[in-house]
Formats: sequence, C-alpha cells, structure tokens
Amino acid sequence: MALAPPDGSQPAVDLAGIARRGRLLVLESVAHSGAGHIGGPLSAMDLLVALYFSVLRIRPDQPDWPDRDRFILSKGHSAIGLYVVMALRGYLPIEDLETFDSGDSRLQGHPDMTRLPGLEASTGSLGQGLAVGVGIALGLRMRERPAHTFVMLGDGETQEGMVWESLAIAARYRLGNLTAIVDRNGLQQYGWPLSPDGLDRGDRRDPLAEIDLRAALEAFGWRVIEIDGHDFGAIVAACTDARDAAGPGPTAILARTVKGRGVSFMEGRTEWHARVPTAVELEAARAELSSSGDEAHGEAAPAESAP
Amino acid sequence: MTTTTLAMRDVWAETLIELGSVNPDLLVLDGDLGTSTRADRFAAAHPNQFLQMGIAEQNMIGVAAGLSTLGYVPWLSSFTVFFTHRSIDQIRVVVAQPHANVKIGAAYSGLLTGKTGKTHQDVEDLAIMRAMPGMTVLAPGDASECAAMVRWATDTPGPVYLRLARDAGPDLFDGGYRFEPSRVIPLRDGSDVLIVSTGVQSARCVEAAVLLEARGISAAVLHVPSVKPVDEEAIATAARGVPLVVSVEEHTILGGLGGLVAEILGERAPRRLVRIGIRDAWGESASNAFLLDRHGLSAERVAERVADGLARVPSST
Repeated sequence: MALAPPDGSQPAVDLAGIARRGRLLVLESVAHSGAGHIGGPLSAMDLLVALYFSVLRIRPDQPDWPDRDRFILSKGHSAIGLYVVMALRGYLPIEDLETFDSGDSRLQGHPDMTRLPGLEASTGSLGQGLAVGVGIALGLRMRERPAHTFVMLGDGETQEGMVWESLAIAARYRLGNLTAIVDRNGLQQYGWPLSPDGLDRGDRRDPLAEIDLRAALEAFGWRVIEIDGHDFGAIVAACTDARDAAGPGPTAILARTVKGRGVSFMEGRTEWHARVPTAVELEAARAELSSSGDEAHGEAAPAESAP
Repeated sequence: MTTTTLAMRDVWAETLIELGSVNPDLLVLDGDLGTSTRADRFAAAHPNQFLQMGIAEQNMIGVAAGLSTLGYVPWLSSFTVFFTHRSIDQIRVVVAQPHANVKIGAAYSGLLTGKTGKTHQDVEDLAIMRAMPGMTVLAPGDASECAAMVRWATDTPGPVYLRLARDAGPDLFDGGYRFEPSRVIPLRDGSDVLIVSTGVQSARCVEAAVLLEARGISAAVLHVPSVKPVDEEAIATAARGVPLVVSVEEHTILGGLGGLVAEILGERAPRRLVRIGIRDAWGESASNAFLLDRHGLSAERVAERVADGLARVPSST
C-alpha cells in the first residue's frame, strides 16, 4: 500500500476496479461472518471509493491528523462497506475484514469510534450522524481549520425527525464546510408495501423517493447537487465542488443509487438488505465482479424487481 | 442551616462564567431554555462560547459530541426531561458509548419545577442515567456542592450528568467544599436509623432528623452526591450500625437512590429498608409545599415515615 502524499491529496487510481474489489470484499466478509448488510454497502460503494480514493484529504497512517477531512457514515448499518474501503485505503489490513462482527473485533456491526481509528463518529442508530457532523464542522470553523466534513445518510434515514433538526441548524450556522451525501437507493429494510388506501402496491420501493427532496433541502437553506451515485466522475466533481467551491452554507449531494449495485441478482431487491449469501451465490457474485471492464448494470434506481 | 441567596441554576451559570473566562474551550449549548436555566447569563458574558441550538434537543446532543472531538468541553442547557427522555438514545449512542467529553446540565429536575406539571417533572432520570455504562451521575445537595461539581466535571474527561434543582435551598456546605467522585457524606450522626438521601432532598432529611431528635429518635443522615460512581462499602458500613435504613429521594422509588440502596443492602448488609419517594406515579402542577407533602418528601412527612418504620422493626433485630 503506497503511503498517502503528505498533504493528504489523493493518488490517481482505478476507482471502478477498486469498487469492484470492494464489493466482493463486502460479500466475502458478510459470508464469513454469517451476518451483516449487503444492499446498502453495495449502493454506497462507489461513493465511498470516490471519497476515500479521490476526494478526502486524509492520511491513513495518521488518522488523527488535525487537518484531515472528516467522513461520517450516518447510515451505520453499511459499516462493512466503510471498513472495506478503509482497508483498501490502508487504515487497516485487508485480513482484518475476516474479524467483522466477531468478538473483540475493531470492526463492529455498526461503526464504533472507540475501537477503530479513523472513524469520526459512532453510528448505527439512524438519524444521528449529521448532528455529529454539524458539531465537527462548527468546531473546525471555530478552530479555523480548513478541513471539510462529509456525512453520508441513507434516503430512508431522512424519515428520522432528528435529521431535520440537524439540517435546520446547519443552515442557520451557515456551515459551508459541511456536506451531506444522501445515498438515494429508494429502498429500506421493509419499505412501503401498501398504498395510502391500504392496497397492495406490488412494490416496497418508497413511492416518495422521486418526490422533490431537492426542494425540501433548498427550502431548509442547503445548496443541492443531484448526481448519479455510480458515476465516478460525477461523484468526484460534486464532492470536490461542495468542498472547494463552498458557498456561505452547507451542500447536499443527492446521489441516485441502486441498492445491491454490482451483482445482477441483488440489484434493487429488498431481500438483499441484510441477507447472507450462500456459497453458490457468492461464487456467482464473484464471477460477475471479477469480470473486467464495464459489466452490465440496470439503469440507476430501477423499479424494484419482484422477489 | 441558612438559606442561600443563590439558586442552583444561578450557581451553575455563575461557575461556568468564571470557568469560561480562563478556558476558551468551554462552551455552553442551549436548547432555547437559557432564560430558565440561566444559560442566558453565560451567553451575555461569553458570546463567542455560546451556541444556541434551538428547540431541538436531539440534534444538540449530537452537535456537542462532534464539538468534543475537537477538544471543546460542551455544557448543555435544557430541562432534565428533554435529556433523559426525549434525547436518551442520542446520549447513549454518541455521548456515553464513545465516552464523549460532554456535560449535561439537567435543569429543573425532580418535582419542584415551577408548577410545570407531569410533562416536565422528571422523576425517573436517576434510574435511567444510572443504568448507562460510563456515565457519571451527580446530584448536588446545595449551591456550594453544585459549584464544586461544575468545576470537577469541566476538568474531568468523559460524560457527566448533573442533576440541577430549580430553586434555592438550605446550605449544607461552605465555599471550601471540594467534590470527590464516589464519596458519600455524613451530614448527621445517629444510632437508631440511617437516612440515605441525594440532591436537595438531603437538606430536608437533615431537617427531618432534627424533628426526630425531638421525639427521642437518633437519625443519621448520609448524603449521596455521586450517585454513580458511588462508594457502596461506605453505605453498607453505615447501614450495619442500625436496624433500619430509609432512602429518601425526589424521584421515583424504582431504580434510583432507593434502588441503589436496596442493591447495596441486599448484597452487602441485609437490613430493613423503607424507600421514600414518588411511588410509581406522575407529577402534577402544584406548589412546592403541596408536592413535597403529597409525595412524603417534606421534613415533617419524612420524620413521620421514619418513626413509623422504626416502630415496625421487631425489637429482636
């Protein structure tokens, strides 16, 4: 693992290749542990890889570097996705991923900042990460440090009321050094099987997923950038813009993603929220993820496939 | 005993103003109750160290946790109930579990909250906070002890929950008081019964002991300012010298000080125990005198219950 440049800037790398390897490591780690989430880590993988390999000013060998950019995974149930990317980036040995979820491991089922250096917050109870990010961004500004704070939320997570408390206060304090990234895969653990009339929708995808979250965030005083969360160029451009061209307030990046992205039989399917792949399924996924080049993907945010 | 001129909330704010003058990392975050908690005085004295967080307590907890990662020492200002009930998961996940250096100034604790009624009267906070791993739980008995606790908490890394009373009460200690975690403090010696209390209730228990003395009953009073951690053996030792122990708290008898004393007696020093406190009920809007009488917490009512409890102790014990 090459050392990071001393200024924390990022080396040029093959983001797509790293993300493919990351997805496979997620599946292998969950299979090895016999527990964990799949759909969310896979939808967020491209965002995480782009952040850790192309955006964040970090020093993996010095996780407490005062001027590091901060990243908080508020959707803490996607922890294995973050651990995988941190391992690939040099925060911990790849072999440690085998300890995921096991006793005494640094890699708990949800991120535990007391165990793993490099985690900026303990998360897992949804809705809380943005508030911690607000505090960090506020503190960085008061300390006159140039670092930026990124917080990743799930779109389902925005159903938590506390998120809106944090969105409001971040705008009041005009936190230009804060960016929220919403992993907008449109699915959640169970979802919305019934219409308001109580009729079976034949689909558990959030019917409000396409409603204008942008308008709500803008009304709260946030600058909003909408991107395809699987387009590395768009991710890097949006995150870099949010940080370096920061205006007088916080920025939200709405990243349209596909839950289970990268494995054809997992994409858009709620049952892969937290299922452990069988040996056969793992081999099939490995075959897909090992093929080089552009594998066939569904369009971003497809309707959910029927189970 | 004399009545102090400073209410606990006043001394909380005045001490923070003093500490904030020499410690620029000390911050006060307010959940829009600063005119009640007296955080407004801190804001006036140190405007650059004050952060209004609005009527959004859950977010305030998370912001404080984030600030603490940058070396700040955030003190939080709100009513007890909005910490231990509305924001308990936030305190648990981003403060207690990571052992964040966040200080919870829980104002308007217990029953005596200015006639606010059951929504605002938090009589379960000690039980809740005491069950939280890694949380220091403090209940000052008077203004001097409160000031000492604020100093100690500011200087000591890790989460602290400080249970503050709204109103002024009798002085138990002088300005030379120094706080030590775990320590329990004998306020009065006695040989017939041990009264164990915490917070501002301890002063009412001392008054009760005076009333009991007039009846020929010698009551010891032990003050527990540090509900967690606590010197369990000191409580057990005091209990071994008497046939009856009475716990008294402005709090439910379930899981708070009464629970603590019951646990200690059960494990270390089996003794008869009478628990005085709110008996699994909600509060209500009423004067302080009414509420103390209704729940058996006035000096007179405590004395009655202690005498009654002693009368029921078999003479062979």
